[in-house]
Amino acid sequence: MSMPSTNSASAASAQLPPPPKARPWSKSRILGHVLMALWIVAGGYLVYYLSINIASPFFQKYWPEYVDGFLVTIQIVGWSLLIGAGLSIPIAIARSSRNPILNGLSYAYVYFFRGTPLLAQTFLIYYGAGSFRDALTDIGLWWFFRDAIYCVIFAFSLNTSAYQAEILRGAIENVPKGQWEGGRALGLSRPVIFFRIILPQALMVALRPYGNEIILMIKGSAIAAIVTIYDIMGETRRAYSRSYDFQAYIWAAVLYLFLVETLRRIWDRLEARLTRHLKR
Amino acid sequence: MNEALTLLSFGDAGWGDEIARGVLVTVSLAVATLPFGLALGFVLALAKKSDDPSLRLAANIYTTIFRGLPELLTLFLVYFGVQIAIQQGLRLIGVEAYVEVNSFVAGMVALALVFSSYASEAFLSAFRGIPQGQYEGGYSLGLSHGKTMRLVILPQLIRLALPALGNLWLILLKDTALISVVGLSDLVRQSGIAARVTKEPFLFFGIACLIYLALAMISSVGLSRIEHWSKRGETER
Repeated sequence: MSMPSTNSASAASAQLPPPPKARPWSKSRILGHVLMALWIVAGGYLVYYLSINIASPFFQKYWPEYVDGFLVTIQIVGWSLLIGAGLSIPIAIARSSRNPILNGLSYAYVYFFRGTPLLAQTFLIYYGAGSFRDALTDIGLWWFFRDAIYCVIFAFSLNTSAYQAEILRGAIENVPKGQWEGGRALGLSRPVIFFRIILPQALMVALRPYGNEIILMIKGSAIAAIVTIYDIMGETRRAYSRSYDFQAYIWAAVLYLFLVETLRRIWDRLEARLTRHLKR
Repeated sequence: MNEALTLLSFGDAGWGDEIARGVLVTVSLAVATLPFGLALGFVLALAKKSDDPSLRLAANIYTTIFRGLPELLTLFLVYFGVQIAIQQGLRLIGVEAYVEVNSFVAGMVALALVFSSYASEAFLSAFRGIPQGQYEGGYSLGLSHGKTMRLVILPQLIRLALPALGNLWLILLKDTALISVVGLSDLVRQSGIAARVTKEPFLFFGIACLIYLALAMISSVGLSRIEHWSKRGETER
């Protein structure tokens, strides 16, 4: 009697997966749960803090200014990235040219803008332009350098163009030479090879660093606040200096995190789309 | 030209000594931040590669926050936040006082938070580059977990993580410029003062940029030396 029952039991256990092992309360698991509990408490408190403050006079008074600041940040970042992208193409071409003068000049440009702080570059352009006031007035460019927002966009564009040139150069050099030769063997013209064969492959490599560069630019744009621009950071500083209410900085943190995380998620989608043929 | 040299000379007439002091503050801030950032980054990387999902998530939340916030905002959050927290703490025990946080310390904390979240990614990818067999080899020689980590894994980890950490060091050096905003007399602030007083902003901010470039170049030389040193086991081949 007992034999068939054990047989059937073993047969049943062969079909069913074994029950998951009870995970022991190891040190790392306890630590992980404690830390997560802390994060959850902190996050819960943050949500509570923000929700009770939505009715506060601070929020009622300053939220329109935060919206303005948000738009200014987006404009600065958007224009700088666009102008920087335009500038990066000739720089990348010069960087990969065999002409020693072109190569050296573009190398120095890239090295300078990647090796010095964005803050110092912004100061150099915004305050430094004052040293050439007469000359700039003579050639009719003083109106440009007098205005902080133009200076900031100018400085950020130069900065990001150096980074973008390196990304572009790295990505295009990453595409094997055989891809050009293959295109030529099919009788395609150079622009067609570049735009239909090389660029899509280069973009796949460049996408991640481009995304990182955009995020760096959003974070870096907070520097504009120091030269009197009222972007998110500038509005925050103004609101704090008027109210001495620390929630000014909390709202700014929420805004920036929201901006960066949204972008990162869009970028993940984009990357998944561009590399969909590699998925198994 | 001569005028510029006078302005940059050391002593009463020039700003050379003030700027040199600024350079010293900039470098010491970066150097003081580095060990804390590295240690915290290493611990975070250990948490991120742990088997336990809750520990991984906790570490990932940390990096998401400090990589997503602008460095300048992190600095203000630390600088004003700690100030307010201490004041409220004092108020609880009945002391009404105005507390000012040292801007050097606030800068160190803020930069260490940012640096550690990036460094943890560098360490994590270095950990992924070390095959499981290295751990097993250590254990089979009878080494304890701690000794395997110290004698077998860490030397390889440093070699693998060095290029990324070198980049992070250069970024840290540049990020110290932000601390001038909360009043630390670093290179940027000292040049700013000199620029305002002498009305030669282009000269002084240009000099500041060149000094940052020089610091970056010196760092690159040092880093390539260290990298060479870390690869001394491979040079014979």
